[in-house]
Amino acid sequence: MAFLELLGLKKRFGAVEILKGIDITLDKGGFLVLVGPSGCGKSTLLNTIAGLETISEGEIRIDSQAVNNLHPSKRDIAMVFQSYALYPNMTVAENIGFALEMRGIAKADREKAIAGVAKTLQIGHLLTRKPSQLSGGQRQRVAMGRALVRNPRVFLFDEPLSNLDAKLRVDMRTEIKRLHQQTGTTIVYVTHDQIEAMTLATKIAVLKEGEVQQIGTPAEIYNRPSNLFVADFMGSPAMNLIEGVIATCDSGPFLALSRGSDSEIRLPVPHSVALGEAGIGRKVILGIRPEAITDRDGADRNSTAVAIVDAQVDVVEPAGSDTFVVTNIAGKEVVSRMRADVEIRAHTRMPFAFNLDKAVLFDPESGRRI
Amino acid sequence: MTTAVPTSMSAAGRAASNGTGWAVTSRVVIYGLLIFFALVYLIPLFVMLVTSFKTMDEIQNGNMLSLPKDPTFDPWVRAWGETCVGLTCAGIKGYFWNSIKMVVPAVAISTMLGALNGYVLTKWRFRGHKVVFGLMLFACFIPFQSVLLPMATILGALGRFGNTLQDLVGFSFGFGNPTVNLVFVHVVYGLGFTTLFFRNYYEAFPTELVRAAQMDGANFFQIFWRILLPSSTPIIVVTVIYQFTNIWNDFLFASAYAGSGDVMPMTVALNNVVNTSTGVVEYNVNMAAAMIAALPTLLVYVLAGRYFVRGLMAGAVKG
Repeated sequence: MAFLELLGLKKRFGAVEILKGIDITLDKGGFLVLVGPSGCGKSTLLNTIAGLETISEGEIRIDSQAVNNLHPSKRDIAMVFQSYALYPNMTVAENIGFALEMRGIAKADREKAIAGVAKTLQIGHLLTRKPSQLSGGQRQRVAMGRALVRNPRVFLFDEPLSNLDAKLRVDMRTEIKRLHQQTGTTIVYVTHDQIEAMTLATKIAVLKEGEVQQIGTPAEIYNRPSNLFVADFMGSPAMNLIEGVIATCDSGPFLALSRGSDSEIRLPVPHSVALGEAGIGRKVILGIRPEAITDRDGADRNSTAVAIVDAQVDVVEPAGSDTFVVTNIAGKEVVSRMRADVEIRAHTRMPFAFNLDKAVLFDPESGRRI
Repeated sequence: MTTAVPTSMSAAGRAASNGTGWAVTSRVVIYGLLIFFALVYLIPLFVMLVTSFKTMDEIQNGNMLSLPKDPTFDPWVRAWGETCVGLTCAGIKGYFWNSIKMVVPAVAISTMLGALNGYVLTKWRFRGHKVVFGLMLFACFIPFQSVLLPMATILGALGRFGNTLQDLVGFSFGFGNPTVNLVFVHVVYGLGFTTLFFRNYYEAFPTELVRAAQMDGANFFQIFWRILLPSSTPIIVVTVIYQFTNIWNDFLFASAYAGSGDVMPMTVALNNVVNTSTGVVEYNVNMAAAMIAALPTLLVYVLAGRYFVRGLMAGAVKG
């Protein structure tokens, strides 16, 4: 039985539809990440769950109880805001204890709860300080403490790491993940950072223009994106998308990528795709992750379909842990991810190994995966 | 071409050699003007101060600008406790307290209501909030003279209501009391300004804080009292200074609605002191009385003035 259910959620501002019928369910203890570009409605969706925005249609249920018309404070939900929203006039302890105070909990119990949370988050030494005296990471912890102390049914995070510098962001990401594993709480988390989404989530919902594009585990979203938008949005560097045509010869159907004057590239059709005879001659878009294109030695030995393609190396970008090699196939830039110690120089021809077990095909008309 | 080069060079050279001379001259002119106007502005105050410490003999026989030969506090004492206001000769102290009794509640109430209005107009927006704010802004531009008569009618009605209450329950609840009337008038006409100040200040106040407090379970007034007000010191100071100065210095409403008897505020009483036509005009006492009348506003500026500019800026940047 799903713990948090969003059923046919719609939100309109005047004539503009911001959310166009959202259906998402989340099990107890799950970590749902709402991800999408700016303006896709993910923050609005979070605010409707919190009760800070009303919904025009649909239903929100927590633990089988409809909460549509409940005041935010009655929904038993805590939220961590992007700006942390710490009360500037109160100390850290008062900030964390404010919600308890508003619920009329006795001072002694409050102090015990504050001390407990402070210990979990290692902010015990900061309790008497004001928010203005804290660093970004410390503020972030206090904001989480304020949510934790209430022990709510659902936690909401609204881009909580976007105000931190890069290194701290990675640390806090781990911290949030650890916190989730320790406490087993149900979390809904909004971000535009697809790496955050991949690392934290047990379930990802990719949104675009108020519509859910795909819901699934991080692996599903990453390996089998349901359309071109998800394929392009998730993953960094982005998935390579190359136009091609399904053709056939004596040995069966194959995927042909034309590259102008050079000879056409012939790749086996990925096993994930079931093509009927009707598929012959059909235009498709091949989607293949950079790590599925390697040099010959780096190819996955367990793969059932590796194709070798000779191509000109345009740019080599060493990134420390990996080396990105950019080449040009079928008029499109193609990025491949190789071992860091690979020996390649720009403007030479070399064989690229395409692991087609990891490839998917899209229909160029609808953008959907075939 | 060959002649043009030396000409332009010599011109540049002359400008450079004259540069320091020009700078000095312009400085002298600027500071000279500033000092001159500062003096023009300060001389009346200086004359008031020195006159208030002189004896009548010295005033009649001496120079207006000279320092007192024999400084005396007597005029101040007489102004405070003995001088005649109209026909009663008990000094201005009673009227000073009248003003305090009027100003303090009027400032407190108009500031609180302005803060509440600003809070609602920014954080609890409702349909038509812009129109409401526009109308309140409009109130800032209404000349006070134009509302004298309508307001007098309203105050008259309130007075009759007070009389009715007096007859029915034996207590008028302040209706018809001139001091209460003045507080009412000043609150009503101060609201436009106080609302404007607070609205602009709260416009820049992060809404996420209000949302966080809502989720924490704080209600409308708890959010206002616990979250917004503690962060509003600069704008409260600005509003208090502004309202205090305006209401304390008001003469029009005071003379129209409380212009006679024991209920006169300070400004009206001072006018009556100076206008007393019997006997010798005691300039030293008049000056001392005027200084006493001006002291509270001066004091408020000195104590809280540094917030004034800061607060006005804070409200002004975003609007």
